[in-house]
Amino acid sequence: MKKKAPYENKLQKQVLIILVTLGLSFFSCSTDGDSTQNFQVATTFKFTHNWDGAPVTNSDFNTIQYTNENGEMLSIERLRYVISDITFTGAQGEILTFEAHNLVDVTNDNGLLYTLSTLVPIGNYSNVSFTFGLNNTYNTGNYPDLNAANFNVPDNLGGGYHYMQFDGKYLDTNSDEQGFNYHAIRAVDNPGPNPIFPQDTFFTVNLGPVAIANVTEIEVEADLAEWFKNPNTWDLNIYNQMLMPNSDAQIMMFENGQNVFSLGDVTQQ
Amino acid sequence: MRKRCFFLILLTCLNCSNDDSGYEPTPQPLSIPEIFSDNIIPPVIPTDNRQTLEGVALGKKLFFDEILSADGTKSCASCHSPQSAFTDNSPTSIGIDGIAGIRNSMPIFNLAWNYNERFTWDGKELSLERQAEEPVQNPIELHSNWDNVIERLQAHPEYPELFRLAFKTSTITKELTTKAIAQFERTLISANSKFDRYSLGQATLTSQELNGLDIFLREDKGDCFHCHGNPNNPLWTDNDFHNNGLDSNFSDLGLGAVTGDPNDNGKFRSPSLRNLAYTAPYMHDGRFTTLDEVIDHYSEGLQNSPTIDPLMKQLAQGGVQLTLQEKADLKAFLLTLSDPSFLNNPDFHN
Repeated sequence: MKKKAPYENKLQKQVLIILVTLGLSFFSCSTDGDSTQNFQVATTFKFTHNWDGAPVTNSDFNTIQYTNENGEMLSIERLRYVISDITFTGAQGEILTFEAHNLVDVTNDNGLLYTLSTLVPIGNYSNVSFTFGLNNTYNTGNYPDLNAANFNVPDNLGGGYHYMQFDGKYLDTNSDEQGFNYHAIRAVDNPGPNPIFPQDTFFTVNLGPVAIANVTEIEVEADLAEWFKNPNTWDLNIYNQMLMPNSDAQIMMFENGQNVFSLGDVTQQ
Repeated sequence: MRKRCFFLILLTCLNCSNDDSGYEPTPQPLSIPEIFSDNIIPPVIPTDNRQTLEGVALGKKLFFDEILSADGTKSCASCHSPQSAFTDNSPTSIGIDGIAGIRNSMPIFNLAWNYNERFTWDGKELSLERQAEEPVQNPIELHSNWDNVIERLQAHPEYPELFRLAFKTSTITKELTTKAIAQFERTLISANSKFDRYSLGQATLTSQELNGLDIFLREDKGDCFHCHGNPNNPLWTDNDFHNNGLDSNFSDLGLGAVTGDPNDNGKFRSPSLRNLAYTAPYMHDGRFTTLDEVIDHYSEGLQNSPTIDPLMKQLAQGGVQLTLQEKADLKAFLLTLSDPSFLNNPDFHN
């Protein structure tokens, strides 16, 4: 039974503050003499979802209406995922990282808007990125919000947290409805007391250049069809349930996830 | 100067005429167990109903008082008995007129950590205060009406003073009555099971109990954790609503009857698995008499329906197909979530 020390959350907050402070220092240095060096603004990430371009919200859930690349029709009944480590990279390579996480819960319309806890210096950033899921270090922490949301991965499956829970139903080869649980976690072999991790399955999403000139909202679009499409055409008749202890399935989710997220509209007030 | 003196005297007189001059109820924040503070976010306490010593004491007296029923024969505790982890042992509870309801009485503990604040099996009550309002006037429960209840409380030799101590007014209202009951209910915290002590390094589990935990947490075995928590979520519930495959046709729509959304038909709240040893019978309608029957249901008894939760596995086989040994191990683990100290806590008894 893994028991995490309460001080870990405090430590993570301290790390965040240090990273932000360091980041701000970099930006101050890089804009020395610039009268705008102290200008910082609130920045919000807005997560939107679509299926091959058609908008998806929780009002579209529970109806079999989507067709995946393999030709199976499916519904979405539950969708939530965690993102972390939002990073702004300046033109000179300066890094500003927010070591925090946000649970995007589409089912309950929670976490779709996520405002960073610290203001972001205005400027032209060569890249904005985040981690889909939690990196391995972060994933060993104990997060009361994720625990309360029942987002844990049991220790005998590697521990830590889900990266995503994507549940629904599909029509099988007999046109009968069957459940699927497309749950992304850290890939694990040998589940039990001595798990082995074949490869990392969190990944970095690079949104590309973003200019921040004022209070900003950055839209992150997620094309849910991509989870079933590229490079692995996902066959729900084979990969439907009990995928958490299936490292091959986890690695395919990791590969398909690379094409899910992209930069949408960037709006400034 | 003379005018200033006049106002000062007037203010003093006004203060003196107020019975509750300077009096404030004594704050009594919840005593949050370590296993909760370490692992989950803080409880939900309404800003307009802070916990106080006097409010909790009043709520406790009301909870056990048959004055809330029309004929003075039943109280909240009649269906929510401390000896049964604040439920009763009937499939569905019997009201004052001898009429059985359609739902099993839900146990009451750790309700301050129901973060989305949807209470009862079907989620129709959107706060603990509002939940406390309903049974009093329900014709198959206490079958009273609030006007009569308030009249009786107001005429009672003790209650007006107890309300004054709790809420700084001796004018009793339905809202204050339910606030007091909710305050008491929030103090009903269960966090001292064998498994809690194991998590804190103060107890050991047998090999059978550990095997049962493994089955509980394995997606290819029991897969109980997706709805019923895990060692890092000591509530042992996700506080959510699911169709867990009890019926292929619904005689009770559950959440669907509340939301009006057919996609919610047959969904009921995931109960906490704490204190299962004391809370039989099980499910929203009390259909399963024993824990063995509950485990058999998930192993072989699932019924398909349009709203069955996709987390229900191996539907074609009726469930997750546990062996007899696995069932026994799982049951052994589930019983480690029992907290006898909760049953015996004198603060929770009349």
